[in-house]
Amino acid sequence: MIGVEHYIFVSAILFVLGVLGIFLNRKNIIVILMAIELILLAVNLNLVAFSAFLHDLTGQIFAMFVLTVAAGEAAVGLAILVIYFRGRGTIAVDSVDRLKG
Amino acid sequence: MIQVIAFYLFAALVVLSAVCVITARNPVHSVLWLIMAFFNGAGLMVLVGAEFIAMLLVIVYVGAVAVLFLFVVMMLDIDFAELRAGFVKNFPLGLLIALVLLAELTLGIGAWTVGGIDLGTANGHAAATLGTTNIASIGAVLYRDYLFLFEAAGVILLVAMVGAIVLTHRDRRAPRGQQNIPKQNARRPDEATVMRQPTIGEGIEL
Repeated sequence: MIGVEHYIFVSAILFVLGVLGIFLNRKNIIVILMAIELILLAVNLNLVAFSAFLHDLTGQIFAMFVLTVAAGEAAVGLAILVIYFRGRGTIAVDSVDRLKG
Repeated sequence: MIQVIAFYLFAALVVLSAVCVITARNPVHSVLWLIMAFFNGAGLMVLVGAEFIAMLLVIVYVGAVAVLFLFVVMMLDIDFAELRAGFVKNFPLGLLIALVLLAELTLGIGAWTVGGIDLGTANGHAAATLGTTNIASIGAVLYRDYLFLFEAAGVILLVAMVGAIVLTHRDRRAPRGQQNIPKQNARRPDEATVMRQPTIGEGIEL
């Protein structure tokens, strides 16, 4: 029978794949944003699985809030990406060092 | 039995799609694989009885976020081959870090499974109401215990929307920050609007 461990393993693998995606596509910020979405999907899967197996709905409600934040983050991130591309003509992350901070 | 088969099918597909998202050469393919991953994640959630979150995932991610990604990928004229240059170079380090992370997570899960960590049990305060659907139970808990958090989530979405519009808005005639407030305040209804009584079927001359 499928227990909560199975779900944790799937979401752990998904999380690790998201982190790996950030490292592999260090220059392409669009794929980095998609990898962040994968990480958030893994987190949501974990929250929902625990919520279902503990018979407590709080996890599902928090998954909803995570979804909200993820949508806002994607919108603002892509907006920043678009204006950055307008100004520089590239989206390479390596060249985002103009401020020399 | 069918639940086990469905779980392994969805789990295998979600992992496969995630691998394709991060390794696809074309970002458009990445977005499409991301949609696939979200659909299968939603399937996994349906299997444990969380239909509402599953449908929300499909609506919000596939309907909004993935389409946003597709728009951006297609609208920007980017040489993606150049952006992939560091892929092979970064591979060993990324794989090393990913393996370490996976090992840590597996150890954590293993420690929890053998009983090293007591997760505790839910106090039943937010348990699903018997005899109702998942969405009705979620609504009951959400509007009872998390009303202010729910409204805060709405404010976050509003701020994100305003932020995205302000960032990308570009109007050549009236650049951002040149709102003429005296002119706006001096405007009166009688000079801004007119009343007409058009004949039926003839329309109106503006």
